[in-house]
Amino acid sequence: MQKTVLYESHRQSGARMVDFGGWEMPLHYGSQIEEHHAVRRDAGMFDVSHMCAVDLDGPDARPFLRRLLANNIDKLQLPGKALYSAMLNEGGGVLDDLIVYYLDETHYRIVVNAGTAIKDLAWMSARLADWRMAAAITPRRAGADALAMIAVQGPQARQRLWQVLPDCRSACEPLKPFFACIAADYFIARTGYTGEDGYEITLPAKRATDLWNALAQAGVRPSGLGARDTLRLEAGMNLYGQDMDETVSPLDAGLAWTVDLVSPRDFVGKAALLARPQQHRFCGLLLLDRGVLRSHQQVLTPHGTGEVTSGSFSPTMQKSIALARLPLAVALGDTIQVAIRDKLLAARVVKPCFVRNGSVLV
Amino acid sequence: MTIPADLRYTRSHEWLRAEADGTISVGITDHAQELLGDLVFIELPEVGSTLAAEQEAAVVESVKAAADVYAPIAGTVVEVNEAVVDAPEAVNQDAYAAWLFRIRPTAAADLEALLDANAYQQIVDAA
Repeated sequence: MQKTVLYESHRQSGARMVDFGGWEMPLHYGSQIEEHHAVRRDAGMFDVSHMCAVDLDGPDARPFLRRLLANNIDKLQLPGKALYSAMLNEGGGVLDDLIVYYLDETHYRIVVNAGTAIKDLAWMSARLADWRMAAAITPRRAGADALAMIAVQGPQARQRLWQVLPDCRSACEPLKPFFACIAADYFIARTGYTGEDGYEITLPAKRATDLWNALAQAGVRPSGLGARDTLRLEAGMNLYGQDMDETVSPLDAGLAWTVDLVSPRDFVGKAALLARPQQHRFCGLLLLDRGVLRSHQQVLTPHGTGEVTSGSFSPTMQKSIALARLPLAVALGDTIQVAIRDKLLAARVVKPCFVRNGSVLV
Repeated sequence: MTIPADLRYTRSHEWLRAEADGTISVGITDHAQELLGDLVFIELPEVGSTLAAEQEAAVVESVKAAADVYAPIAGTVVEVNEAVVDAPEAVNQDAYAAWLFRIRPTAAADLEALLDANAYQQIVDAA
C-alpha cells in the first residue's frame, strides 16, 4: 500500500489507518464526529497528498483542456482562477472529477482523485497524442520534486495559516473563493471539500511535516477521511466512485451546472450527452424516521425507484442525510420511502446542499 | 481496550453478563466499538420476542458502518436498554456498562459454552 509523506505524523497522532484507493490514510484520530465539529466550528486539517497534482505546460494547454473537459476552460481568464470539471469518456460517463487552476496561458495545474490518477494520466496522454497537441503532462505525486497537499478548513482556518506562514499572508489573504496564488514554495488555493472557508495548500513534500506540525501547534485539529466524508456530504459535494463513475452521466449526478452544452465548443462526451439527455434527478434526502441512510439503498417513489448514492449520519444536523439518484418526476419537498433492511422508512427530498459555512440550509 | 475477566464473549464480539435474577445482559465489546467508531444509531429487539442462538437481535450503526448484533444464546428478550437508543455514544464511552438487551435463556448452561476472557483475547489478538 502507498503512503504519503505525512504517514509517520498520522501514526504518531494515533490515527486509525485505512486503505483508500490503494493509499494507507487516516480514517480518524480518535473521534470522527469531534473532528467534523472542529472543521465546522473552528479549524481542522486533512492530508490530501494521495490526490495527484498534474502540471500541464505548453502552447496547446488551453486548446487541449477546451476539448478534454466538460466544463468550459474559457471561463478561466484571471490568473489563479480555479474551475471544477468532469472529464468524460466518449460515452458521456464520468472518468473523473477534477479542479484545474489557470496560472498563465501555457501553465495549468490539475488536481485529480487518488484512485483514478493512473487512469486519468493515461487518458490525457492518449488524447494529447490523438489530437497532436503540444503540451507536457507532468504528475507531481512522486519523485524528487514530489508535492504534498494539506487542506486547512473551517471558520478559523485562514487565520491559522496566516499565523503559521506570516510571509504568505499578503499573497493569500486577498484571494477570493476559487482562486489560488503562489507564495514562496507554497501553492495556496481558497478551495476545499467541506463547505467551510479555508485553503488547500500544495507544497514540496519535504516541507509537509513541518507545516503539518506547525498547524497542529496553532490549534488546527488533524482530521481524517471519515470527517472529510461527512463534511462533503453535508456540503452536498459528490464523491467520485460513489455518486458518479464511468457508467453515470454528469447530468444524472447533479453535475449539469459544470457541463457546458451552450457554447459551440466540442468536447469528449458532448455528442453522447446531447443524444441522451438527463434521465434522473439528483437530490438530497433527509431521513424523517430513525435510522441511517447508506449508499445502494433502494428508494421507492410514486414515479418509480431510485438509489441512494452516498448516505451517512450528519453530525451537524444530528439526522441521517444522503445523496440519491431519483426519477425525474420527483419534486423537492416530496416524501419518499427508503428500504433499510426489512423496513421502509420515510425521507424528504431536499436540495443536495445541507450545510454551508456552519449553517444548516434545509 | 479492555476485556473484563468476569464476562463471557462470542466470536462476533458480543459480551454476556449473568445477572442475579437469572437473566443475561448482552452488549458489544470494547474492541467492537473501537472498530465501528462513533455510534449514531441503535435498534433493539422487541421485549417478549424469542431469539434463537446466533439470530440477528439488534443493529448498531456508526457514522461509517452498520453491524448486526446476534443473540449469543437462545432465549426470550425480557428488557431492552432504551437509554442507549437515545444516546448511542454511551457504548463508545463504556461498552460494558452500556448493555443493549437482557435475555432469559432457554438453557442457562448455554452460557458456559461461550468464550471466556482469555479465549476472546486470543481472537482479538489474532484478528
